[in-house]
Amino acid sequence: MTQLSVTVNGKRYQADGSAEGESLLFVLRERWGFTSVKNACEEGECGGCAVLLDDVLANSCLVLAAQADGASVTTVEGLHDGGSLHPVQRALLDEGAVQCGFCIPGMVMAASDLLRRCPRPPEAVIRWELAGNLCRCTGYQKIVEAVLRAAGTTREASGT
Amino acid sequence: MTRLTDGIGASPRHQDAEAKVRGGFAYSSDLSRDDMVWAVTLRSPHPHARITAIDTSAAWAVPGVRDVITHRDIPGEKRYGQMKPDQPVLAFGTVRYHGEPVAVVAADDLRTARRAAGRIRVGYEVRAPVVDAVAALRPGSALVHPDGNVVAHTRIRHGVAQSGDLPRAPVVVRGEYAVKMQDQAFLGPESGLAVPAGDGGVELYVATQGPHTDRQQVAACLALSQNKVVIKPAGVGGAFGGREDLSVQVHACLIALRLGLPVKMCYSRRESFFGHPHRHAAVLRYTHGADRDGTLIYVQAEIILDGGAYASSSPAITGNAATHAVGPYRVPNAAVDAWAMYTNNPPCGAMRGFGTVQPCFAYESQMDKLAAAIGADPVAVRLRNALGEGGRLPTGQVLDGPAPVAHLLSRLRDLPVPADPDSLESPPRARGVGYAACLKNTAFSEGFDDYSTARVRLRVAGGQPVATVITAAAEVGQGILGVVRQIAVSELGIGDVEVEQADTVFGPAGTTAASRQTYVTGGAVRAACLSVRDEILALARKTLVREHAPAIAAGSLAVRDGMIVDGSGRVAATVADVIGTTVIDKTAEFHHRPTYPLDPVNGQGDSAVQFGFAAHRAVVDVDLELGLVTVVELATAQDVGRAINPVAIAGQLHGGTAQGLGLALMEEIKLDSGHVLNPSFATYLVPTMRDVPPIRTDIVEMADPHAPLGVRGVGELPAHSSTAAIVAAIRAATGRWLNRVPVSPEDITPCA
Repeated sequence: MTQLSVTVNGKRYQADGSAEGESLLFVLRERWGFTSVKNACEEGECGGCAVLLDDVLANSCLVLAAQADGASVTTVEGLHDGGSLHPVQRALLDEGAVQCGFCIPGMVMAASDLLRRCPRPPEAVIRWELAGNLCRCTGYQKIVEAVLRAAGTTREASGT
Repeated sequence: MTRLTDGIGASPRHQDAEAKVRGGFAYSSDLSRDDMVWAVTLRSPHPHARITAIDTSAAWAVPGVRDVITHRDIPGEKRYGQMKPDQPVLAFGTVRYHGEPVAVVAADDLRTARRAAGRIRVGYEVRAPVVDAVAALRPGSALVHPDGNVVAHTRIRHGVAQSGDLPRAPVVVRGEYAVKMQDQAFLGPESGLAVPAGDGGVELYVATQGPHTDRQQVAACLALSQNKVVIKPAGVGGAFGGREDLSVQVHACLIALRLGLPVKMCYSRRESFFGHPHRHAAVLRYTHGADRDGTLIYVQAEIILDGGAYASSSPAITGNAATHAVGPYRVPNAAVDAWAMYTNNPPCGAMRGFGTVQPCFAYESQMDKLAAAIGADPVAVRLRNALGEGGRLPTGQVLDGPAPVAHLLSRLRDLPVPADPDSLESPPRARGVGYAACLKNTAFSEGFDDYSTARVRLRVAGGQPVATVITAAAEVGQGILGVVRQIAVSELGIGDVEVEQADTVFGPAGTTAASRQTYVTGGAVRAACLSVRDEILALARKTLVREHAPAIAAGSLAVRDGMIVDGSGRVAATVADVIGTTVIDKTAEFHHRPTYPLDPVNGQGDSAVQFGFAAHRAVVDVDLELGLVTVVELATAQDVGRAINPVAIAGQLHGGTAQGLGLALMEEIKLDSGHVLNPSFATYLVPTMRDVPPIRTDIVEMADPHAPLGVRGVGELPAHSSTAAIVAAIRAATGRWLNRVPVSPEDITPCA
């Protein structure tokens, strides 16, 4: 491979062949400046680097950049079109679920992906599906409440 | 922009929250400059070894390498430390822990720097490590440092223990407890960007809890005057005590000065486990003596904290462990000794709770043991002994404000317990409920004057008064910058308030630590606001006299919603009119009331500014075959004095409670002869959304009459009693006496 080419949030980005041994996370952050994709573990444990890779949620630290050649990537910036926030982003703000916020871009990617697949998940499903995204500040309480709010439901209504 | 409704008691969102959900907020690890180089650290693979040689020539030979530094290149102090400068900036002579920095390499890119660091040859003569803190205390133990293994010792003798032996008691319960080493596990790794300044100095953008304490140490190591080092707080991805000590600071600044180029450093997760001090592992031996009705007669406690290779903040942590050793209970006679020991384990220092988390597990376990010994209800035994206002601590300090320990426990006891599911039979499961309570000092103790500085500027813009609050208090995600904005809105009576995060050119706010910022920096902002308000009113009186309203000018005036109002609430003028083009600019320092060192013989003294109180209830289900614990629900009640931002406070209660769950059930830095076995989130387990149950919070507000606005420190308390309550619940479910955290499945269902 002489050139790496990935579409990120609808725009094409390229890197020279030296990037092929790097992770998709590294290329997104360090070569193309997508610093919203967070590096907190580099081994798929924390979810901070979650992106959509051809519409599938993936930890970009576990994807070799070469594997993403020709693919389409969505980062958190790709979820809101300039102005309006995604309902998950809005709900995180409304619930006061953001503290240090380092987990939040990955959390937004995972939660929005969940709601796409399962529009009204009960709390137990949220806790199962988002268990791949670590947060050290919030104890998850307000994040769970935000996802319920974004789904248009509440803890009581979700049966938990 | 804020509104008048965003004052004290409201919950306006954190000012950075929207940037954070959009992904646009810059953390220190996100910073870059076009001409920057990357630097990486070479660390010791041995917990204890003599360095015989360091050969950096092969690293220098790698194309793209710009600089390689070792201890020889440190221009100033070769050791640093918050309390006792004993930690080498780069190792010389000896390495004393696995992961100690030995050299730093800078190169054009990260990959090159890493490759070159791997080519440095370090000769090590491996020595036997000292790894057992209890053994390190014994006479004749091998030494980690030549001046002995005791970093600090705090001794308290209270009541009859001052003059002799402890009294006899009809009921005596003993226990030995172990708390293992916990990591802060903040998600944003240590990182910084050092930029050479034109004046021969350096600016460092860094994720830190204490910009001014960083500056003092960095300047000393670089042999620069304080004003040549500017620490600029950069976006922080969590802290929890792990950013009180230096990590990348001196290394990055030194190379930036040598090269005249910006230098970026950013630890990987693995390196982060070696890059900051952890929560001390501890062994705690307790004897409680009580009457048959459970009334405490005495407590005897020995607490041995594993300080690891260097002092960090162990001296203050030892004081905290001793002064909090008996918990929130009336104990007329006490003999307490706490030691922090040097070992060749990783250095331990500040983590949320700062020496008071370990005793909480032990004293609360003892209270349950006492309850069992007399056949009483665990909550009833606690209520019988609970401290209240006017109560006396083992240091002799009297609680001169609300101390609602019994109230908090009662509120939790009165909550309904979640319904038992029918499925408890198969596999065999058991449910348990446990309670625990705690106390924690706010701010620095034992005579430290950890004051804060704040500046408030008021001007008119667009016909409206606009205030700016300036503080160097480090925002670490907890929301201090929002809290001070709320205080300014309320105290100034002005809706439009902005907050600027200052760097070290501005006066210190002290460290974001010890649950102190709302108290101390809140106090400084309030004082500056009151001074601004006084000046507004003085200008208003002049204006009113000039405008022939001397009677109103002579009466009582206040600022409300940008207006000057008289005693009956009538508008007399607008703030904008009376200040005109004047800029009112006031700076204030807030010093909390003095505290005093403990008497070195008997540990008596008014050592603390304030105490906060909290309690937890845990409900757990235990799989009796596999020993797996499911925490069904956690509930906490905490006295916060006055809730400036209830939503942010709830967030602190949730997050601290979850960290306490981590210590109870899974979080442990595992060591083998001083080697860290699990520097990874795959093997060091942090609670996930599935591990943490729904958390009920009950925020109680009993104002502290001695504190600004009545506030009480909040942030650390939630991380205390959740651990003890969970273990109590597991004991209740299983009948097993558990004396170690984290509790492992093997502790619950031991293999034959």
